Amino acid sequence: MTRLHIKNGRIVDPANEIDEVGDVFVVDGKIVSVISSPDNFSADRVIDADNRIVCPAFIDLCARMREPGQEHKGTIASETHAAVSSGISTICYPPDTQPVIDTPAVAELIQQRAQQVNKIRIFPLGALTVGLQGQRLTEMLSLKRAGCVGVSNASTNNDNTDVLKNALAYARSCDMTVFLQVENTHLSSNGVAHDGAISTRLGLSPIPETAETIAISQALLLIEDIGGPVHFGRLSSARSVALIAEAKKSGLPVSADVGICHLHLSEMDVDGYNSDCHLRPPLRSQRDREALCQAITSGAIDAICSDHQPHDNDAKAAPFAETEAGASTIELLLPLVMNLVRKKIFSLQDAIAALSCRPAAVLKTGGGSLSPGLSADIAIIDPEQHFSVEENHLISAGKNNPFVGWELVGAVTHTIFEGELVYQSNISS
Amino acid sequence: MASDNIQLDKNGHLKHFLSTEGLSRNLLFDILDHAESFAGVGDRAVKKVPILRGKTIVNLFFEPSTRTRTTFELAAKRLSADVLNLNIAQSATSKGESLQDTLQTLEAMHCDMFVVRHASSGAAHFIASQVSPRIRIINAGDGNHAHPTQAMLDMFTIRRHKPDFTKLKVAIVGDILHSRVARSEIHALTTLGVNEVRVIAPLTLLPSKVESLGVHVFHDMEKGLENVDVIIMLRLQRERMRNALLPSEKEFFVSHGLTEEKLKAAKDDAIVMHPGPINRGVEIDTQVADGERSVILQQVSHGIAIRMAVMAMCMGSPDELSAVES
Repeated sequence: MTRLHIKNGRIVDPANEIDEVGDVFVVDGKIVSVISSPDNFSADRVIDADNRIVCPAFIDLCARMREPGQEHKGTIASETHAAVSSGISTICYPPDTQPVIDTPAVAELIQQRAQQVNKIRIFPLGALTVGLQGQRLTEMLSLKRAGCVGVSNASTNNDNTDVLKNALAYARSCDMTVFLQVENTHLSSNGVAHDGAISTRLGLSPIPETAETIAISQALLLIEDIGGPVHFGRLSSARSVALIAEAKKSGLPVSADVGICHLHLSEMDVDGYNSDCHLRPPLRSQRDREALCQAITSGAIDAICSDHQPHDNDAKAAPFAETEAGASTIELLLPLVMNLVRKKIFSLQDAIAALSCRPAAVLKTGGGSLSPGLSADIAIIDPEQHFSVEENHLISAGKNNPFVGWELVGAVTHTIFEGELVYQSNISS
Repeated sequence: MASDNIQLDKNGHLKHFLSTEGLSRNLLFDILDHAESFAGVGDRAVKKVPILRGKTIVNLFFEPSTRTRTTFELAAKRLSADVLNLNIAQSATSKGESLQDTLQTLEAMHCDMFVVRHASSGAAHFIASQVSPRIRIINAGDGNHAHPTQAMLDMFTIRRHKPDFTKLKVAIVGDILHSRVARSEIHALTTLGVNEVRVIAPLTLLPSKVESLGVHVFHDMEKGLENVDVIIMLRLQRERMRNALLPSEKEFFVSHGLTEEKLKAAKDDAIVMHPGPINRGVEIDTQVADGERSVILQQVSHGIAIRMAVMAMCMGSPDELSAVES
């Protein structure tokens, strides 16, 4: 029996509408009580959470750890260490590994590696089509039995609407959520940056906003016919937010997330050919960034994800268009979210919800709250901890972090996964 | 961002020449003035000055080019530098060597300056950020981004005909979207204080938010050319038709090709420029290209003087320069 007592923290549990100072009690990996003390509780370990926030550990709907296939960029072990330092206990794993997650063997391999590290839960997403080629459907039922919580196109071409229609329908009959990150590839063609003043000045091939909005509109019309649920990942523009909000209003079974970079950065950050800000979808205008932030409060966007994509140094050391897209962000997910809370862009409750119960609802796997009986996945945050982001302190194998040099306030001091302390920061008690 | 300060040393002197953007009006005038003094070197019996004697300049061309490479080579030789021409398109990178490895190899050979042409926008900036501080970089064209020496030789040509930039209306006509020349010219013209810069093109050949560069946009050529002093025509690439940006060369010539008729809208003493190579009958009528308003061939010979000026300024101390000029 292991018994854990977290004392005197500000408990923020949006799913249960709790925001008050109190204690959390854990026995054998499960939460047994919140606020009220169970009878005769004697703890093996007590964590003093005075002046700290105690909340459900975070669920990251999109993080790539590069295993299998690109271990020179990162491994499940290396990236798990980075993830737990940001209070993450669960991640959703897109299928664009090498080989692609289109067979049960690959899905099982990934979960086994996660179990070996034993600090985090990985939910793989199966590929929507074999090899993510956009042609033949995968054996979705087998993938589901192998632990896949949904099927996804990762971020590959989905221009063939007939295949998309069939994939949505087949996934629905398998009772699987479809995770889409869509882009009309005719419109994005060889683009690398948002179609705007910056791409014009730098002479970078543009990706218009319509590349995203047309693809979303197309998928929404199919969902209207076929049903869902469908989750739209990595929205990048104000008009995409409006489309999702309208779809939700009319009762379509859709949800959405945004990557953390798109809440902080804009096309301006690409200036000077900053390849760490070469992202897909591209960073768009200030107006888009503001609309994405507002959508956390309005609920049009359900979840904030890291969209973690660690790269080796060579992948970013080239002229902008020749660099690989993506940023290494997982270890800053919580500090960056807290940064927006401090700036009053959205409330602490909405922020925690967008990192816990709201992504849990997308996954339909339970969790994401501090309800008694649930697995004790808990993050403890010091909201006043100041630190600067320095490249040689980054935990992730990917040093392609656009936030190097930033001063941030708010960091995770403890991460508890299934009742076990899997991360404790150096300066915490 | 400090992206463009990379071009200057700590005293504000030109170190790399990557873009006409982010440089002061005085510095651009310095380039023109130095070029003016070098312009006579080609007329001397011995067409050489010893400014860069003992220096090694590498023409690093990742994209094919004849005229730009040739004028850079000639400019370097007239400055007495040793010149190495590397056509990387047929060289190591096609064997899988990375750009960084190529640069390190050349650095190890103690070269002093790289003149770079590359198909990717930002390539010259990237190379300048990678090489050791003693190496100088000159951008000879990167993707759709910049071609600063072409822009400066055009400014040089304009100034020889129209000495006061502040009085000028300049129109740039054609494929602005894909043109590094146009971008560099726009920055140079606005920095030099030109009264009005216009771009004239169908919407399919204009980048989005092009007005943010400080230009007025026209689709109709006759309206756009009204009262202008300088007309800069751009080359139209064949592949624009394949990409459904234009219906045909013929239609483009009708709408945006420069003819004697359309030229009437401009001022009587307006000059006609083109960075070359020309597509006769596509963007410009033969009569106009060879006509008395055309300064196209002058542009080519000014190219050598401008490139000498930029190379000397990036490499040499200002004292040496003024000694040669006096």
